[in-house]
Amino acid sequence: MKASPTDVLTGIYYIDGDVAAGYGALAAGCKLVAGYPITPSTEAFEAMCRMGPQVGTVFIQMEDEFGSISAVLGAVWSGVKSMTITSGPGYSLMMESIGFGAMLETPFVLLNIQRGGPSTGVPTKTGQADMMQSRWGSHGDYELIAISPDSPQEMFDYTIKAFNLAEKYRCPVMIMSDECVGHMTEKVVIPEADKIEIEPRRFYKGPPEKYLPFSPDPDLVPKIAKAGDGLGLYITGRVHDERGYPVKNEEFKAKYVRRLVDKIRLNKDKIIELKEESTDDADVVVVSYGISSRVAVKGVEIARQKGIKVGALRLVTVWPFPDEKIIDLAKKVKAFVVPEINYGQIVFDVARCCHGQANVVLIPHGGAGVHNPLDISDAIESAAKEDKKIEGVVEFKTRLEKIVFERGLKFKE
Amino acid sequence: MAEIRFAGYGGQGIIRSGIIVGRAASIYDDKFSTMSQSFGPEARGGACSSQLVVSESKVLYPYLTAAGILVAMSQAGYDKFEPELSEKGLLLYDEDLVKPKASRGNITPFAIPATRFAEQLGKKIVANVVILGFFTAITKVVTYESMKKAIPDSVPEKAIDLNLKAFERGYNFGLEVLKKQKEPQ
Repeated sequence: MKASPTDVLTGIYYIDGDVAAGYGALAAGCKLVAGYPITPSTEAFEAMCRMGPQVGTVFIQMEDEFGSISAVLGAVWSGVKSMTITSGPGYSLMMESIGFGAMLETPFVLLNIQRGGPSTGVPTKTGQADMMQSRWGSHGDYELIAISPDSPQEMFDYTIKAFNLAEKYRCPVMIMSDECVGHMTEKVVIPEADKIEIEPRRFYKGPPEKYLPFSPDPDLVPKIAKAGDGLGLYITGRVHDERGYPVKNEEFKAKYVRRLVDKIRLNKDKIIELKEESTDDADVVVVSYGISSRVAVKGVEIARQKGIKVGALRLVTVWPFPDEKIIDLAKKVKAFVVPEINYGQIVFDVARCCHGQANVVLIPHGGAGVHNPLDISDAIESAAKEDKKIEGVVEFKTRLEKIVFERGLKFKE
Repeated sequence: MAEIRFAGYGGQGIIRSGIIVGRAASIYDDKFSTMSQSFGPEARGGACSSQLVVSESKVLYPYLTAAGILVAMSQAGYDKFEPELSEKGLLLYDEDLVKPKASRGNITPFAIPATRFAEQLGKKIVANVVILGFFTAITKVVTYESMKKAIPDSVPEKAIDLNLKAFERGYNFGLEVLKKQKEPQ
């Protein structure tokens, strides 16, 4: 299905990543945005407030983040596409309802413009430390999808993709962006509506008496109904059978919760998007995502000029994790280098998939800035020279860490 | 590649300056540009800056690594960002608002009474666009034609004429300065 021409603000813009994500949501047909504005995601709210009325999208500033995500879930069950926008502290508050959304197989999108944490952290500066939270933040077993754009253009493109994936797999989709991309202003091209592919909602269209709201199609995803369709609909956060009625025996739990997990895991090949470059004969592969993957390209270029065989694997989709790709590469390469703006999150999944076959190097960054490309090239160089197998994750000492911990840091600027 | 810092105080249109040049470069000159702004409580009323990277290829590292050009519209902005200006850099400043230190390295200073010109044109608020005209003439990071297209995209409709006049004023002053420099002393 093509996007509706009335939803697409076709044109060439010079806008920041937050605004681009907002325009992407509008193009995807998002009709309700509920949120509680928080830095550094506020520009996305502003964009949707400004442009929403032109395309018939409603924006509600809710009383808090609990209300925001609940309004989004409600809007989806009333039949529209919906999104909420937040950052660190707000994201934490939304965790319970993300699990509720996953349990009810509610397709919605959450845009997280990550900032420096923990807690209030550094509100106006960047971080990538919510990555594990996005995967494991809500209790119980569930799977969801997370994607990580690296430019304002990608914020537009991948917000549309996020909506499409949400509809296709009936699950929450997280756009795990960050302050650097959110506040970065670049050229963004918004194409004509007929160039934008939109995944329609999987509405049930059969006879009402035969409708089973949680009876899956062969791809493990059930058809959805909306309030007012006249279909008997009972939805609950309790484990439920195909009718939606609560059950508590272990057979049903095995069957039902299993499907929540399997509908993502068994469709991984169709969901995961990777950008792989020169990994074929590489000694070292840089694994990265979001803004770090963009800065990493610079580090890779510098290392190549020194004659090092280095490839790059960019995780556009971070969750589900591309286990098979890392397992496969680990057989061929000497080491993986993982720059991320945290003290080690995705790097541990890389290590998990390595089975000790390749060394794994973390280039940490505490946040409030991005990596120095020279640290990335140095880490690549030392990983390429290392002939010993090293167990566990090795931390690369960055220039910043050396300054802070070796020369000392004064409290006065 | 050009790495540019615009510095001033909140309300002078410092962020807008970055957007106008970035837009001219990436939309009308067909180059790549990435603009990031300082963001935080210190930006309101106090020091404010934006950084812009203009390149022939995709900008990978979004922030400045060595500022080649500093456009200073306030003393505080100058004081804060002058140290990051590279030794061969260009310093463009509003001569009524900034008193530069003795120049270091091979930094070339270019002065313009941008705010005074803006006041003569009727509105102090267009001082940033005066200095953008000056910037265009001196640095040639963006073309005159592209700036003339980017300005109307970036200002309210009723202010377009005034902004274009402000741009011309700064641009012509820049050309005169360059001409004088070339004349034998």
